[in-house]
Amino acid sequence: MEISSSLILNAIVSGILLGGFYAAMAAGVSISFGMLDVTNIAHPAFIILGSYVAYIVNSWWGWDPIVIAIVCSPLFFLLGMGLYRIYYYAFERKGQQSLRSLAFFFGILFITEVVLILIFGVDYRLVKSVYTETTWQLGEVDLPLRLVVPFIFSMIMIFGLNMFLSRTFFGRAVLAVAQDQFALRLMGVNPVKIKELGFGLSIAIAGIAGSFLIVIQPVQPSIGRDYIGLVFAICVLGGMGSIKGALIGAMILGLAESFTSTFFGPSWAPAVSFGLLLLAVAFKPSGLLGR
Amino acid sequence: MSNKAFIVAAYAFAAVLVAVSQFVPNDYFFSAAYTVLLFVILSTAWNILGGYTGYVNFGTPAFFAMGAYTTVALFKLSPTLPLWVMIIGGTLIAGLTGLGMGALTLRLRGVFFSIATLALSVVLLTFVVNWDYAGGARGAYVIPPREVPLGFHRYIQFLYLVMVFLSATAVIIARMIETSTMGRGLEAIRDDELAAECCGVPTLKLKLMSTTISGALMGMAGTTYPYFVSYVEPASTFNLSYAVNSIAMPLIGGMTTWLGPLIGALLLGSVQQVVQVTISSAWNLLIVGVLLVLFVTLAPEGIMGLWFNWRKKQKLKAGGSK
Repeated sequence: MEISSSLILNAIVSGILLGGFYAAMAAGVSISFGMLDVTNIAHPAFIILGSYVAYIVNSWWGWDPIVIAIVCSPLFFLLGMGLYRIYYYAFERKGQQSLRSLAFFFGILFITEVVLILIFGVDYRLVKSVYTETTWQLGEVDLPLRLVVPFIFSMIMIFGLNMFLSRTFFGRAVLAVAQDQFALRLMGVNPVKIKELGFGLSIAIAGIAGSFLIVIQPVQPSIGRDYIGLVFAICVLGGMGSIKGALIGAMILGLAESFTSTFFGPSWAPAVSFGLLLLAVAFKPSGLLGR
Repeated sequence: MSNKAFIVAAYAFAAVLVAVSQFVPNDYFFSAAYTVLLFVILSTAWNILGGYTGYVNFGTPAFFAMGAYTTVALFKLSPTLPLWVMIIGGTLIAGLTGLGMGALTLRLRGVFFSIATLALSVVLLTFVVNWDYAGGARGAYVIPPREVPLGFHRYIQFLYLVMVFLSATAVIIARMIETSTMGRGLEAIRDDELAAECCGVPTLKLKLMSTTISGALMGMAGTTYPYFVSYVEPASTFNLSYAVNSIAMPLIGGMTTWLGPLIGALLLGSVQQVVQVTISSAWNLLIVGVLLVLFVTLAPEGIMGLWFNWRKKQKLKAGGSK
C-alpha cells in the first residue's frame, strides 16, 4: 500500500477530532477516579445511558442532541449524587472501598447494559440532525461535521471544567479532597458533601459525552464496555486527577487509534487503547504528567 | 479433615455423582449440569485470587477463552488428539497468561490490576478476531470424535464426567491453598498488604502464585467448552457474563472459604438454568447483576456470612436464656 500525504493528513485530523471527544468521555473519570478516589468502572455505562436519552428525545421531539445533552445534564447530576450516597453508605463509610465497591460498580455497569438490551434490543441506534450528514472539504482534508461539532463542544466543556475546578470555591474543594481530606475537614468543609457533588458532576459529564457519542457513531448497549479501557487509559496516561492531562492522554489515544485503523484496519483499533492502558499501568502508572 | 481425606472424599463424591446421573434419561440434564459445573470451576478459580487475596479479576472471559482457543488450535493441528492433551495444554497456557498479567500489574495498587484485567480481555479478543488460523471472527467448528471414550453413549455424558472430576480437582486445590501456609499468607495480604510485607510475607511471590493458579483453573474450565458447543466464535467465548458470574457466585456464596463459591455456583447456576428455560437469557443475566449488587451492598459476607451470623445469634440467645 502506498502511503500518500493526504492519507496521513486525514489520519492526523480525524485523530485530533476523536481525541477531543475522548477527552470529554474521560474527564468524568479523571474527576471520580483521579480526584475523588472512587473507582467508577461503570462510567461508560452512564455514557451509553446519555446516548440513549439523546436518542429517545431526538426521535420523539427531534431536538438537537447537543441541546438535549445540556438540558438533561442536571438529571445525570442527580443520578450521580444518588449513586455516590449508596456507595458512601455501603462501602466508603466502612472503609471497604477496593474489592467490594469494584464488584458493585461492575454490577451497575452490567445491569445498565442488560436493561437497555431488554428495552431497546441490540440494534444500533442513531440520531438525526442537520450536521450528521454533511462533510466539509478543506483542501485534501475531510472534515465530517458529525466529528467537528462534538469536538468543538467537548473543547468548550473541557476548558470550562478546567476553569471551574481551578477558579471556583467548589472546584478547589474538589481538588482539596484529592489532596488531603483531613485538612479539608479542619477547614470546616465536609468532604463527603464535596465528593457527592463532585461525583454528580462526573456523571453529568458522562451523560453529555453520551450525547456526543451518538452524534459520532451509532450506539448499541454493549459498546459501553469497549470504552472502559479507553477512559481509564486516558486517565492513567494523563496522570490521574488532571483535566489537562486527560486532554493530552485523549489526543494521544485519538491519534493512535486513527493511525491504527487507517494503516492496519479498524478491527485492530480496540486493542490500541487497551494495549496502551496495559503498558501505561505496567510501566508508568503515575502518568505522563505524574508527580 | 486432612488434605488426603478431603481428596478421597471429593473424588468419591464425584464418582457417585457420575454413577447416579447414568440413570437420568434425558440429555438436557447433562448440558445443564455441564454449565453449572463450568461455573463451579470458574467461581472457585476466581475466589483463589479474589476471595483469598482480595484482588478483583474482571478477566475471567480472557482466561476462559485462552483455554477454549488452545483446544481449538490443537484441534486444527490434529483433530484426533485426546481431550486430556488439550486440558493440560489449555491449563498451562492460561496459567502462563495469569503469570504474565500478574508480573505486569501486581506491583501496583489493586485497582490498577482490576482495570488491567478488563483491558486484557479486549486485547486478547482483538487478537483472536484477527487470528485466521483459529477461525477469526467467523468462528471455528470443533467436532467431537464419533467414538465416545469409556463406553458412554453420547459425548455429552463423557464431557459431564470430565467436568465433574475437573470441578472436584478445582475445589480440592482451592481447599489445599486455603489450609496451607500459602493460604494464610494470602489472607494476610487481603487484610493488610503493607503489614503482611512488613511481617516477612513474600507478598509479590504469593500474589503471582495465586494469579497463576486462578488463571490456570479458569483456562482448564475453558478447554472442554469447544467440544460442548462444537462451534466456537470470539464474541460468545469472551462473553462478559462469565466475568459477572464468576464474581457474583463467590460474593453470593461467601468469599472466605472454598464452600462459598461452590454454594454460590450451584445455587446461581441452577437458578439461571431454570430462568433461561422459563423466561429468557437476557432476564437471567439481569437477575445475576441485580443479585450481585444487592449482595455486595446488603450482605457483603454472602450466604456463608449470613449463616455464621445467624448461628452466632442463636448461640448468644441460648447463652442468655440460661
